[in-house]
This record gives sequence, C-alpha cells and structure tokens, in this order.
Amino acid sequence: MVGLSPTEAIQLPNKHEGAANRDTYTVSKPVLPSGLVAFVKQDCPTCELIEPALETLMRGDEALTVYTQDDPRFPEGLSPIDDTDLTVSWHHDIETVPTLMRVSSDGTEEERIVGWSRDAWQAFCGIPELGMTLPEHRPGCGSLSVDPNRVDDLTARSSATGLATRRVKFAELEDDFEAMYDRGWSDGLPLVPPTEARVVRMLAGTSRAPTDVVAVAPPDLIDVTVEKVAVNAVMAGCKPEYLPVVIAALEAVCTDEFNMHGLLATTMGVGPVFIVNGPIAKRIGMNSGMNVFGQGNRANSTIGRAVQLIIRNVGGGRPGEVDRAAQGGPHKLGLAFAEDEAGSPWISLAQERGIAVGADAITAVCVESPRIIVDQMSRTPESLTNLLAEALLATLSPRMVVGIDALLVLSPEHMARYRDAGWDRSRFRQELENRLMINSDDIVRGHNGIDEGVPVDFAGLQLPKFRPGGLLIAHAGGPAGLFSSVFGGWVSGSKGSVPVTREIIP
Amino acid sequence: MTTVLDPTNEATPTRIEPSMRPESLSGLTVGLLDISKPRGDVFLDQIESKLTELGSTVKRYAKPTFAKPAPVDLRHQIAIECDAVIEALAD
Repeated sequence: MVGLSPTEAIQLPNKHEGAANRDTYTVSKPVLPSGLVAFVKQDCPTCELIEPALETLMRGDEALTVYTQDDPRFPEGLSPIDDTDLTVSWHHDIETVPTLMRVSSDGTEEERIVGWSRDAWQAFCGIPELGMTLPEHRPGCGSLSVDPNRVDDLTARSSATGLATRRVKFAELEDDFEAMYDRGWSDGLPLVPPTEARVVRMLAGTSRAPTDVVAVAPPDLIDVTVEKVAVNAVMAGCKPEYLPVVIAALEAVCTDEFNMHGLLATTMGVGPVFIVNGPIAKRIGMNSGMNVFGQGNRANSTIGRAVQLIIRNVGGGRPGEVDRAAQGGPHKLGLAFAEDEAGSPWISLAQERGIAVGADAITAVCVESPRIIVDQMSRTPESLTNLLAEALLATLSPRMVVGIDALLVLSPEHMARYRDAGWDRSRFRQELENRLMINSDDIVRGHNGIDEGVPVDFAGLQLPKFRPGGLLIAHAGGPAGLFSSVFGGWVSGSKGSVPVTREIIP
Repeated sequence: MTTVLDPTNEATPTRIEPSMRPESLSGLTVGLLDISKPRGDVFLDQIESKLTELGSTVKRYAKPTFAKPAPVDLRHQIAIECDAVIEALAD
C-alpha cells in the first residue's frame, strides 16, 4: 500500500500552507462545485468506514459532491466523480483522504477537515446526529495525489505548458536509450531520459526561475536557461540538489576569463575540472576522500558531466568538430570533487580565493587528467616539498615554463607532514614556489639534444615554472596513501584560461 | 511512447553563403592572419613573398592570442579591407 500516512483529524486553514510555490506552474485549476466536497479512495479503510456519514450528507440540505481517487464506483450510490487521474486532487492540494471541504458559490474553498472525527464532522456540517454509529475517531490515509511514485508525473502534467523546451517523441519501437544516442546527445555513456516529470523534479533543486538565463554557451554562443541546464542535468544523472552546483559551474566556465571556447578548440587534451567547497559538498554527498578522482560517487561523476553535456548539446561543442583535442583525457567526461576541508589544517582553496568562511563555492580549472606524485619516504616538510617541486617541474613537460597553471591536490598523509610541522597554506605555497624556479640554461632549445625549449635569448635567467598565482592547491583523498596528484594546466592568464571561482547560490 | 525534453539549443542555424572564389589573386588585396602560434610568421612571410610576386597587395593581421577566437572587430576589419584572407595555423 502506498502513501499510507495516518493523519489526525484536524481543522486546516482554508488554503493549506506549502502550496504557494506550485502556483508558478499551475495551469487551469479545476473549479470545484459549491457546497460540500469530499475526496476519498476505496483503498482507505477510513473512507469505507464513513460511507454511512456520506450517505447522510447526500440526503441533507447542503449539496455534496464526492471525488474518488481509485475506484470510480466507490462509494456506491453517491454518484462519485472519477478523479482517478488525480488532476482535481492535485490542484486542490489533497494530502489526506477523506478530506471534506466547504466551497462557496464562486468556487472558493472556505474550510476543510481531514480524516474522521465524529465531533469535528458534526460541527463542520452542522448535523448533530451525523455518524452516530461510527467510531469517535479514525485517522485518514495518504492521498494518491501525493504518492511519491506519482507526484512528479502529476506535477509535470499540470505544469507542462510552463516549460518552454521543445518536446521530442520517440517512436513506439525505439529503445529510449538508443534513441538518445541516435540523436547525438550522448557523450558516449548512457543518458537518463529527460522526461517532463524528471525535469520538473530537477527544477525543484533551485530557487531560480526556469526562464533565467544562466550563461551564454560557447562555441555557438547560445543563451542557456535554467530549464535547459535542468534537462541536461537529468541526462547526466544529477539529483535535484546538485542543480545549484551545476548552475554555478556553468557560470564559471562560460566567462571570458575561463575561455571555454579556447579549451574546446585547443588540440591539447584539457577540460574543465571542478573543486567544490563549503557545506553543500557534504550535504549533497560529494566525495572528498578515498578514490576522490575516481568512479563510484554520483555527484562527483555527474556535475561535471552535466556541464559538458550543456557545452555539447546547447553550445554545440563536440569532439571532432570545434573540440579538436588530439588525445583528450578521461576527465573530459566531467570531473568534480570536493576539497576535504574538515581534515585539513589550512584554509580552503575557496577561502584563499576570497570566498567567505561557510559559503558554498565552486572553482573551475582548465587542466589535463590527474597524474600521481609518489613520495613514500619523506618525513619532514622540507623533504616532501623538495620532491613535490621536482615532480611539478615536469608538469606537461620539463621545458614548459611561465605561461601555465596547475592544480596540486595534497593527500591527507602528505598533508600530515605540514600539519605536524605547523606549516600553514601560505608558508607551504612560498616554500614550494621558491623551489619552482628554473635555470633557463637547462631548458633552452637544443640543450641535452632536445629541440623543444625556451628560445636561446632566454639563457641565463631564473624562470618560474608557473604563472604567478597560477598554482592552485587543494586537499583531498583517502586517509592512507603517500600519493598526491597534479593536474597540469593549459595556456594561462589572459591569453588562455584563468581559474574562476563562483559562489553557489541555492 | 516516451516524450522527452530537447536538450539541444533548438536553433536552426543561419546559412551564410561563402563569398565567390576569385579566379586569380593578382591585383587583389589579400589579408594574412597570424593566429599567434610559434613560427606562424615564418609561414606567412613565405606566403607574402609569393603573393607579392603574383601582384597581390598583402596586409598582415594577428590575433591577440591563438587560444581565443579572433575579436569581432578584427574580423570586420579584414572583411572590409581585403578581397581574400589566408589564416596561418602554425607550430
């Protein structure tokens, strides 16, 4: 039995609370007949019990209309109106059966009671002898119109004209999943069919209106509405509570600084990777621990995927077309992760980038897939920092300097070296950057028989590996394992891509 | 039958006919657009001398960075100043 939630027989206000936001979607709310109106279902023992009371009311002075939610013949002899499609129940916010209402001549609901209470029904109807043979009190049952298995379809059906997106019908003989592949919507993995019910449920994850324009998506420079974000987020496998994160992520990448068009068009295998900070990460179940960049966590796997699907389907950025990556990378399916803030002795990445403590934020970086940095022997912060610097100097290529960024993610066991020694984030950054200076003689073109390198005019200089401020540092990973990771960047700064941090607004 | 919401931009692209191809570049003004990749200038210098031999007038342009689309003003300038354009994708 579904939706059975016994409810006390209580007097409710005329228009029950919590329904206000539905009005945004409501279309053609059915008008109720004047007089007494009852909502019942045959599957509810209380509704069956009160049949004699309803019969009494039917013979009374006040008109009675009965709507039935399951069996159109129930209650027999009372000429029930068939509401098995639940339209009337949904529009009038019926949560419990039986519900008895009084409706004025202009169709306005004046008052309602739910469940069975002999005293309350007698008072409500002004009939002192009503239901005298019945028990004094019985709770009602859950209305089918709030059954969790039906409410999304109902909401979608009733709000259908509120969504602007074009409907696409698949043929009877088409397999839904194959149909979406055939239309070119997929990134290679199966998609969740974006039905109206799922999109409406997704939209409940944000306070923003479906018509709000979130961003202009490259490369075709198309306005992306909240509704279009929701459609693609459904396909990606997101839950509604991820939607504000997807919206903030899309806002971040569709900026001039981030330069999503450039990321697509480059032959380098870079893509957007997202780091989430703030309480929302835990609330929506993001992973900041074991296997943080790997498979197995829905939020980590689908938030970035939703952004990539929007770029593909709305912006028109597809591999082999505007996306010219020679080799690409697995992270281009979409990779997001949360920083492990609770386990870090440092301020978070977002706080270092100007976000207030306790606020939710997402940072987009343009990078390759992660590569591992192994150091299982260092026991002092100096030794580990020396090793990290050696590894970082090889990011992308030992000969690439100055104009690139990178994201370094320290694992908890590596972080322990710095916690134990009392190094804070700024001390670590300074110590590391001091070690990331390169003697240009070692990387000029032709040195060591390698043609790649900086022009010979640059000989005799000390050059920084990364653009000043271009090394981002975060903390994530499982509790055991002396491995950190680096994500190498792309052309950085105003000539390429700059990391962008955006606050996540519910 | 399943009905879903269209995840695409639903746009019908505007079709723009390409300009007529010139029979010859002799006497025409040809723009050379350097996208600012290394050694693009080496390639374009060669093209410029060949075009000059053919009797073309050559104008040189450059994108601020190869990593971003050419600014709209630059594209417009080339369109009004030149009869043809050659873009150098180098490395």
